[in-house]
Amino acid sequence: MTKDGGPRIGVYICHCGTNIAGVVDVKAVAAFAQGLPGVALAKDMMYACSEATQREIINDIQQERLDRVVVAACSPKMHEPTFRAALERAGLNKYLFEMANIREQDSWVHKDGQKATEKAKDLVRMAVARARLLIPYKESELPVGERALIVGGGIAGIQAALDLADSGYKVFLVEKEPFIGGHMAQLDKTFPTLDCSTCILAPKMAEVGRHPNITLLTNSEVTEVSGFVGNFKVKVRQKARFVTPECTACGECVPVCPVAVPDEFNLGLGQRKAIYKSLPQAVPAEYAIDIENCLNKPNLLVCEKCLQACSPKAIDFEQPLEKELQLEVDTVIIAIGADPYDPGRSNDYGYGKYENVISTIDFERLISPTGPTLGKLLRPSDLTPPKRIAFIQCVGSRISNPELLGNPYCSGICCMVSIKQALLIKEKLPEAEITIYYIDIRAKGKGFEEMYRRARLAGIRFIKGLPGEVLENKDKSLTLFGENILLGELYEHRHDLVILSVGLEARKESEELQRLFGLARSSDGFFAEKHPKLEPVDTATTGIFLAGAAESPKDIRESSIQAKAAASRAARLMKEGKIRVEALSAEVHEDLCIGCGICESVCPFNAIHVDGTSHVTEAACQGCGVCAASCPVGAIEMHHFTDEQVLAQIEAALADHPEEKVIVFTCNWCSYAGADMAGTSRLEYDPRARLIRLMCSGRLNPVFVLRAFELGAAGVMITGCHPGECHYQSGNLRALSRYQLLKRLLSSLGIPEERLALEWVSAAEGEKFARVINDFVARLEKLRLRPGRVPEEELAKVA
Amino acid sequence: MIEFSGKELQQAVEELSGQKVFACYHCGKCTAGCPFASEMDLTPRQVLEYIMDGRAEVLDSQTIWLCAACFTCTVRCPNGIDIAKVMEALRQILLRRGSDKFDLSELSEQERGELPQIALVAGARKLIG
Repeated sequence: MTKDGGPRIGVYICHCGTNIAGVVDVKAVAAFAQGLPGVALAKDMMYACSEATQREIINDIQQERLDRVVVAACSPKMHEPTFRAALERAGLNKYLFEMANIREQDSWVHKDGQKATEKAKDLVRMAVARARLLIPYKESELPVGERALIVGGGIAGIQAALDLADSGYKVFLVEKEPFIGGHMAQLDKTFPTLDCSTCILAPKMAEVGRHPNITLLTNSEVTEVSGFVGNFKVKVRQKARFVTPECTACGECVPVCPVAVPDEFNLGLGQRKAIYKSLPQAVPAEYAIDIENCLNKPNLLVCEKCLQACSPKAIDFEQPLEKELQLEVDTVIIAIGADPYDPGRSNDYGYGKYENVISTIDFERLISPTGPTLGKLLRPSDLTPPKRIAFIQCVGSRISNPELLGNPYCSGICCMVSIKQALLIKEKLPEAEITIYYIDIRAKGKGFEEMYRRARLAGIRFIKGLPGEVLENKDKSLTLFGENILLGELYEHRHDLVILSVGLEARKESEELQRLFGLARSSDGFFAEKHPKLEPVDTATTGIFLAGAAESPKDIRESSIQAKAAASRAARLMKEGKIRVEALSAEVHEDLCIGCGICESVCPFNAIHVDGTSHVTEAACQGCGVCAASCPVGAIEMHHFTDEQVLAQIEAALADHPEEKVIVFTCNWCSYAGADMAGTSRLEYDPRARLIRLMCSGRLNPVFVLRAFELGAAGVMITGCHPGECHYQSGNLRALSRYQLLKRLLSSLGIPEERLALEWVSAAEGEKFARVINDFVARLEKLRLRPGRVPEEELAKVA
Repeated sequence: MIEFSGKELQQAVEELSGQKVFACYHCGKCTAGCPFASEMDLTPRQVLEYIMDGRAEVLDSQTIWLCAACFTCTVRCPNGIDIAKVMEALRQILLRRGSDKFDLSELSEQERGELPQIALVAGARKLIG
């Protein structure tokens, strides 16, 4: 504190080598900072993040009695934790640190040194204004026990379950099917080694079945989730199996069962009975009864054939149809896998119409020794071995035209699937002529390129150029029409069997699970990780991790890698026994609260309950700030993002030439990261933008926007995650409705509503961020309107 | 024109040259390095694709005769295909059917005297079955 009791702020301006100093006059910025109120010292340094500089900052804090630190350097996403740690080493609370991003938001996106320096001064002034109002917070600790829930019993779920269980943690493995194993159990051989899928999977499944630390819940689905890390309460609905653990898996029941239905495990290519097993090595070993197709209903017996055949008396039709289980767990791993693309959806190549057009998944069952043809490759129409076989790559993949009902991304596994299957055909039918029609062959992975080459040397023909059309001939063979791109000529080839190489897409259940667990998904529908590179198995919600194809299309090896990583991330939390929670939570000032309950209704995490006045469950609060922005009486204080702090930033940004400034509110997760992306990609945009970071666009209090216009800002832009991608579930939709209301309000105040804009920018959309800023500034210039002012009384009304 | 079914041509070339033409990734380095590519009706890469596609017209191509067997393509092929040998195999398919491109006896006394010995040997080697 200074003699007059004000704060003592240290400001450090980083050169970042020439990254910043090459454009921005850092010495001028430091001199400017020195004159700002509350600043005790201001320095420029070559690399603020270096250990030597941090020691200097620590020394300054102690010698100069600094009580706030501002570093103007790169993005806080890069080095905020570094500097916060330095503050803690100096004995200062880490929440008394603020960063001005003069690299990604300034020197990397502006070429004009003078304008960039002016902007850097503004950004430092904004950071200092905010720093003056920073409040120290104590982080709370939550206990974390040793129970994990794993959703999904495919290879990822199995691998994660075994690693955790072997480390001594209790695991609940929930699988919706009656047997575990997922897609891997359906596969014949695996690439690139061609080892038998079941042979390597079955021992793992058996281990899950008998592990004392694993509670296996098959036929089960999660229906309700509440709580948070260390204290998740999960409801699971388990459908009855009607076969008890007394079952010895002798199989006497199967031949006597009179019901035969298409076998979903074999994708309807074969039949099974109403009492069945997916494959001989299935886990659990007990048979299961498909009650929907069984002639019996619970407590209504019309057929007793299996009961009579079962010597251990393991069949029990008196089981209730379903039961509900209540689990308490500390960590969660989502491992629900992915769905193969259904090639019938786009109806391009006659899948579902022509008998001899099948998918790569169908093929796995057709060539598997446990499949409907017992491993003989026969074409479906006449059960003869096919002589000329075609694979068509990228079916449903790499399609950006939404009308074509495909997926824009490359699944990355289908090339290897086809190459593997082509080699398997060569093993069984050496005389078969095999052609793979492709766009690009993507064989990135250990041993993949070698396998691709092996396939070529085995005489498999690769033709660049996908068929445009497949037509069926009278003999049920198929003619493919297309262009051989390497020759620039048309082809018209006849094949006996056509295999469509399909990619993976997000499970249909993803949407429901996203809602239940409060997770985010990326635009492709797969679950979003906390950081695509550095936190690839964490979600934005502490204590929930991702494994396998639930996060993006993966092969078995990648699924195993991610599952084991997720298990170790979960174990790390559970071993510690406790977790420090960031102090970004909401606090209710009970003296102001009127108990209206709006905050309770808008909170996406059930973290607020009203009991006369509102109360926040700190451990459940995720810190989005939607409640604070919704409170009609300003009774909720959002820690570290208080109204006063944000308003101080707005006022500092507009302290001079406000008519030339555009205030851009960003959320922490998507649009701020998108702006960083524009920076790292060096995409220039108009230097008039002044960014203010909130945790979520839902934190945007309408007063912020009105205050900016009152001070004469040229424009205000609200940015956030795309709908459906909010890290707080729906905060961006709150921002959208406030934006619509604000537009009407601005019009009624005589301010052109075009001066307020809203844009969704994802963390990957650096190009879009730069573009929307430029477009907005261009629109504002077109308006050529002098900035209006909001009458004080209108402001008071809204506040 | 010699009649081949698609597979026979490929088998004949592979047998004569000992090369697996299907190993070709179409990177284009053979064509890129070929000193005669600009004069050819089919580039060396296209010749390989014709063989893979079972197109016997490749035997009518001037390319196989323009090939100087300089081995640049062979040396540069990332997949280790000896493309010069493939060209030789195509020539051999024709030459062995008695369609010699060159008859030593038609040379005049003077030509026989003036042409370098190495050229005569090379011509006989390449153009006579």
